[in-house]
Amino acid sequence: MRDTDKSQIGENPIPAFLYKAFVFGFGGLCVIYLVAPIFIALTMSFTSGQSLKYPPEGFSLRWYEALLDPVRSATEHVAAWNSLKIAGLAVLGSLLFAVPATIGMSRMRRGTVGAIEPLLLAPLVLPSLVYGLAALIVANFVGFQPSLWLTVTGHIVVFGPLMYRAASVVAQGLNPSLAEASTVMGATWFTTLRRVILPLLMPGILAGAFLVFIQSLDNVSVSLFLADAQTTVLPLRMFALIEESLDVRVAAISGILIGLTLIVMLVARRVLAPPKQA
Amino acid sequence: MKASGFPYVIPMLLLSVAFFATPLAVLVGFSFIGSEGATLANYIRFFGDAFNFRVLVNTARLGLETVVGTTLLGVPIALLYWHSGKTTRQVIIFLTLIPMLTSNVVRTFAWIVILGRQGPISETLMALGVTGSPTSLMFTELGLVMAMCQIDLPLIILPLIAILSRTPVQFSEAAQVSGAGPWRIFVTVLLPLMLPGLLAGWILVFASTSSSFVTQAVIGGARNVYVPQLIYREVGTLFDWPMASAIAVVLLLSTGCLLVAMTMISRHRRLVGHA
Repeated sequence: MRDTDKSQIGENPIPAFLYKAFVFGFGGLCVIYLVAPIFIALTMSFTSGQSLKYPPEGFSLRWYEALLDPVRSATEHVAAWNSLKIAGLAVLGSLLFAVPATIGMSRMRRGTVGAIEPLLLAPLVLPSLVYGLAALIVANFVGFQPSLWLTVTGHIVVFGPLMYRAASVVAQGLNPSLAEASTVMGATWFTTLRRVILPLLMPGILAGAFLVFIQSLDNVSVSLFLADAQTTVLPLRMFALIEESLDVRVAAISGILIGLTLIVMLVARRVLAPPKQA
Repeated sequence: MKASGFPYVIPMLLLSVAFFATPLAVLVGFSFIGSEGATLANYIRFFGDAFNFRVLVNTARLGLETVVGTTLLGVPIALLYWHSGKTTRQVIIFLTLIPMLTSNVVRTFAWIVILGRQGPISETLMALGVTGSPTSLMFTELGLVMAMCQIDLPLIILPLIAILSRTPVQFSEAAQVSGAGPWRIFVTVLLPLMLPGLLAGWILVFASTSSSFVTQAVIGGARNVYVPQLIYREVGTLFDWPMASAIAVVLLLSTGCLLVAMTMISRHRRLVGHA
């Protein structure tokens, strides 16, 4: 019954056909518009040419080789390593701050939660470029120079709310009597936390960690203001490569990042997928 | 048992106040700093300069054009989702998440390839005989809007899909049984259902477009300047932090007002009452 082609007597078939063409034809084209650029960036990375000509004239792994070359791509390696460090620390930081907040909020009255939550979620709405500038001004006041640690702090502030939101979606669906039952049975709060609450929250925490990691790895506008000259991060390095020379190694970096995203997504689907019978 | 949750929230609350709210307050304060004490000089200078004002207008226009573009592309995808079976629905979600989770810089890079002189658009136009010589859409507003629409499309699709996935199919079946054609069902049943999702998406798209530093800088080029580059230039090149703060506050206020307006509209009884 879902189809719209169950034409009734007297119904004009032309608008019905046009509608089908609109949904399945134009809708399909829109989906292609959505994913084609990713495909194009991926195939571009295998070009054998010197330029960004698309479609590429030949295929080779030369740009991946150039990217892996420790001498030629030393700056890129440092940048990638910095980005991974920052993203890892940002995930760790948001675990430390956002997960307890999620647990706390799930035990508080609706009204109180409604009053505090906007403050916790505000960094998600604010343009992060504005935040980067604000953080730089304050850091400068206090006498901190741009550094890796300042960048990490900025990322925790801006992306921690993602962890909070992902985990609290799960927390809202939890039955509070599970924790109560554990306490009634004589478990200490730590045991309840470790054996009941955290395992139940795990899908949300993993999803949050994934989001924080990806966003932090990709962030330009916070790192732009808070990272020092030695702490080049990968997206900023790519930005520079694109602006200066349109180096085709950017295509190889893109290829690796797309590949990583796909792998992590497939893993996440396995890990986070709800049980079949549920 | 009820109040026992608060201690858990304290660390994040302190983090928010100390490292988020305070810097923003300082930023606002900074924007009023002039050569002699508190002043509105930065704002007057910003709005007094025709160039700056045009940048502000351009940024708003870019945001609106992207909102319109993502709507025109997103609604058909949502309809496709609505009319599809379970497997296709999952495929659509997966295909929406891939670009969303792919780095912004990567997506921007993809558009450099597509819009460039040797890219697929230029090659197609030449093959069709529309243009004689290679054409580049780089550094044009059209090219930028095309790119921004793709980059921000997931932000509008996901809220729409979220709504449609918990809407029972009976909604449109009832309309169909009552004799409504597919277009009528779309306009009178599906579109009103989607409206809260559209509003949510519009906010996200507008906010994301008007502050997308990298894409604007790379694809817009030096001739198409938008507010984020203006801020960065004041900080990085001119070292005028009070001025940069003032521009940031203007960006904040204009996005903020829009946000509040949209939220108020989406809470309006007549809009969401029957959803």
